[in-house]
Amino acid sequence: MAHARFVEIGRVAYVNFGPEKGKLCVIIDVVDSKRALVDGPSTGVARQQMPFSRISLTEFVLPVKRNQKSANVAKVFDSHEIVKKWNSSNAGKHIEHSLRRANLTDFERFKLMVAQKKKSLALKKELKKIAVKH
Amino acid sequence: MVKWYPTEDVQKVRVKRANKPARLRGGVSPGQILILLAGKHQGKRVAFLKQLESGLLLVTGPYKLNGVPLKRVPQAYTVPTSTKIDISGSDFSKVTDAYFAKEKENTKKTEEAFFAPKKEKKPFSDAKKAMQKSVDAGIVNKVADPVVKKYLKTKFRLRNGMFPHTLKF
Repeated sequence: MAHARFVEIGRVAYVNFGPEKGKLCVIIDVVDSKRALVDGPSTGVARQQMPFSRISLTEFVLPVKRNQKSANVAKVFDSHEIVKKWNSSNAGKHIEHSLRRANLTDFERFKLMVAQKKKSLALKKELKKIAVKH
Repeated sequence: MVKWYPTEDVQKVRVKRANKPARLRGGVSPGQILILLAGKHQGKRVAFLKQLESGLLLVTGPYKLNGVPLKRVPQAYTVPTSTKIDISGSDFSKVTDAYFAKEKENTKKTEEAFFAPKKEKKPFSDAKKAMQKSVDAGIVNKVADPVVKKYLKTKFRLRNGMFPHTLKF
């Protein structure tokens, strides 16, 4: 349990579903066991309730007070450069890659397929070299 | 009360409107690569040359790359991709709907002709072969990237996890 991410005031969350999909927001308050009050003035998320099922907790926690004003939340968010840290984090990169994959054109998909085939061929060659002969 | 109607059946005169040629959809322009969806050449990626007067699209493989000749294709049976190749070096202005018309055979419908052994299929005319060669030469020579050549040679295929409605072409 040492590395578990908790729902807490100031936890930065990534929205997975709904109209705010793809944006980061900060948990400002907890409504009940299923909903939180979130705010993301720097990322375009209006202050609203958000079901926990729609969000994923990130590794970042901000020193924000409960029900802090949007303007002050924005100040803390920007001073910690959360967007930059998110984009360089593993989770952020993974999301960027899946977006890139989804937007590949037919020709790009073809080039990807050719590259993957080349890679797997090279891999198989090397594996054959070190494989135990029966 | 019954609605009034004329005592004699009157034919409603319908105004016949001229058929408008099909609009070129999907932002398709000459040189664009299309994917054929039906027929013998299903899945093949071909170069779009121009839209003919009938509304059909004139495409060519090029023949050397994927075996698709100069061909007319309805728009509905293609998917346009965002890739374009340079076809400015190719002259296909002489290829029109009339080019594809079938040659009429003068056969009399007699009993002998019906039971006579079927004639052999006429070979593909040399004139058409020459036209194909001249049109394709201007295209294939301009494709510098071998990856693009390979792209035109390869058929489009759906695999697990590929859903047409989410794919970008």
